[in-house]
Amino acid sequence: MTTTVTHEALVGGAVGRQPPGRAGFVGAVRSEFTKIRSVRSTYWTLVALVVGCVGIGALFSWGQTQRLLSFEHGTAPRGGKVPPGFGEHIANEIRSQAASISLFGLLIGQLIIIVLGALAITSEYSTGMIRTSLTAMPRRGTVFAAKGIVFGTVALVVGLVTSFLAFFTGQAILSSQHVSTTLGHHDVLRTVIGGGLFLAVCGLLSFGIGAMLRHTAGAIAAGIGLMFVLWILSQFLPGPPSGWFGQEDIDKWIPFNAGSAIWENQANGLHPFSPWIGFAVFCCYAAVAIIGGLIVFLRRDA
Amino acid sequence: MIEARGLTKKYGDTLAVDNLSFTVEAGRITGFLGPNGAGKTTTMRLILGLDRPTSGTVTVDGKPFGRHPWPMREIGALLDAKAVHGGRSAYNHLLCVAQTNNLPRRRIGEVLELVGLADVARKRSKGFSLGMGQRLGIACALLGDPQILMFDEPVNGLDPEGILWIRNLMKALAAEGRTVFVSSHLMSEMENTADHLIVIGRGRLISDCTTAQFIAANSQQSVRVRTPQPDELTLVAVAAGATVRDDAGGALVLLGMTAAQVGDLAFENGIRLHELAPEQASLEEAFMELTASSVEFHAGTPAGPTAQSAHAGEVA
Repeated sequence: MTTTVTHEALVGGAVGRQPPGRAGFVGAVRSEFTKIRSVRSTYWTLVALVVGCVGIGALFSWGQTQRLLSFEHGTAPRGGKVPPGFGEHIANEIRSQAASISLFGLLIGQLIIIVLGALAITSEYSTGMIRTSLTAMPRRGTVFAAKGIVFGTVALVVGLVTSFLAFFTGQAILSSQHVSTTLGHHDVLRTVIGGGLFLAVCGLLSFGIGAMLRHTAGAIAAGIGLMFVLWILSQFLPGPPSGWFGQEDIDKWIPFNAGSAIWENQANGLHPFSPWIGFAVFCCYAAVAIIGGLIVFLRRDA
Repeated sequence: MIEARGLTKKYGDTLAVDNLSFTVEAGRITGFLGPNGAGKTTTMRLILGLDRPTSGTVTVDGKPFGRHPWPMREIGALLDAKAVHGGRSAYNHLLCVAQTNNLPRRRIGEVLELVGLADVARKRSKGFSLGMGQRLGIACALLGDPQILMFDEPVNGLDPEGILWIRNLMKALAAEGRTVFVSSHLMSEMENTADHLIVIGRGRLISDCTTAQFIAANSQQSVRVRTPQPDELTLVAVAAGATVRDDAGGALVLLGMTAAQVGDLAFENGIRLHELAPEQASLEEAFMELTASSVEFHAGTPAGPTAQSAHAGEVA
């Protein structure tokens, strides 16, 4: 704790003369990457994401093998006889949905990536760090873009890792009853990559909401409301014949239903959107949130 | 150099900064003085572009702060010590800030050494005391070796050693020709540090002059008197146009007369004096008086010309 301050100590000579160019995107990206890797909450959330998705996917896969076993023994899971050969029918059904079954944990994983996406921006406001960030780099568009891209990249990488881990774990369990699938099968690779994409876009949607609301709890609540609660509510809509609009007309636009078209099995007919169209609709929702977030980020006092 | 011209900021119906124009020159410490709620922090936020002015402009070396190619080489600012993510270590905090302006990594070690935080560089700043937080904020401001330094109430929460350290730091920075702009609500603090004073109240400019001029213009002469006949003296002094108040120690303080005038007055009226001493009213009092009409939150002091506030600068 010195009380005298010398010129050498002050300047240190390390900064050097003003370099050409200007502070821009590359520096901002490096800074945002340092930010995201230097707080523990990032790691806890990512571990929770991987463990949650893989664990729940494994549990669900195991449940399917048990269901199949009971049918193959000629009894329905809750008792009662089944016709002979019904076990084979169930086995085919599981086999055709094997990839989606192993990704069942994404239902919970989306909630975790929503938390991470919101925190990526709201923590700057809750801690006051935003004032330091925008003083060091007052060009807000650059800061926002760097933040979004760094978070989006991390979310995509971790999302893909999660999705593939969940897939292989699930298939290992399903293979015990010979109902697993492989990446080479029709649409399976798309399903697994789609799981990773879904998680990343979920996170970006939440990031956009976070930028608009600037409040951690509010952003998480809104994100979960949009992805999870809306999906649950959609389950209560009346079926197609009962009204002047069909359930599916609304159902398919629900963010979760549109987004999960890319990784959930289509065989049950619940997804009127084809995988990529559904995913594109979901991306539009995320884009709206991000553009809204950007406008607030640029315009509002920090 | 910082130049504000007609700077105005409204939050809803509240006018936080009202048509403020001033210039902060290089090579000296400019104190930015005003009671709490006067708009000091808002003004600093406007300079940095954190807030957008309702009207008016503020430029840093001729252009808006955000237009400078390397902002951290232009201004280093400490707005409040809590503008950090507590979960991040001091080193990583400085690293992520330094990276935005392509500053070399070794600069981080240097500023940590300079503010005396080198030993706790790897500790999360969550556990830092207020004083350590201030030092981290100052380290962050110094990272880019900027030409302009802006500190918002930097001595808040510091122990005497820390206050002395900041004072020396600011003097050293100004001596190198840098612009130092420091806010405070304590006149006593500025009196010892600042070369120039900008005083505001309720968002309006009250005074903009050198510290010496401010002292000369605002120090009111008063005379301290002890007498066994205080009532008689009060009567004749008031009749002669002075303001009289009791000081707690049983003496009288007369404002508006010189010591010689008081002595003559007492002699002419046959009043015995035991003590007659000219006094300089403290600058704190001058400041309080100057801003009294513009304080946003009055602390319930009795009104009237003889009421001298006893809690100068203690309006938390």
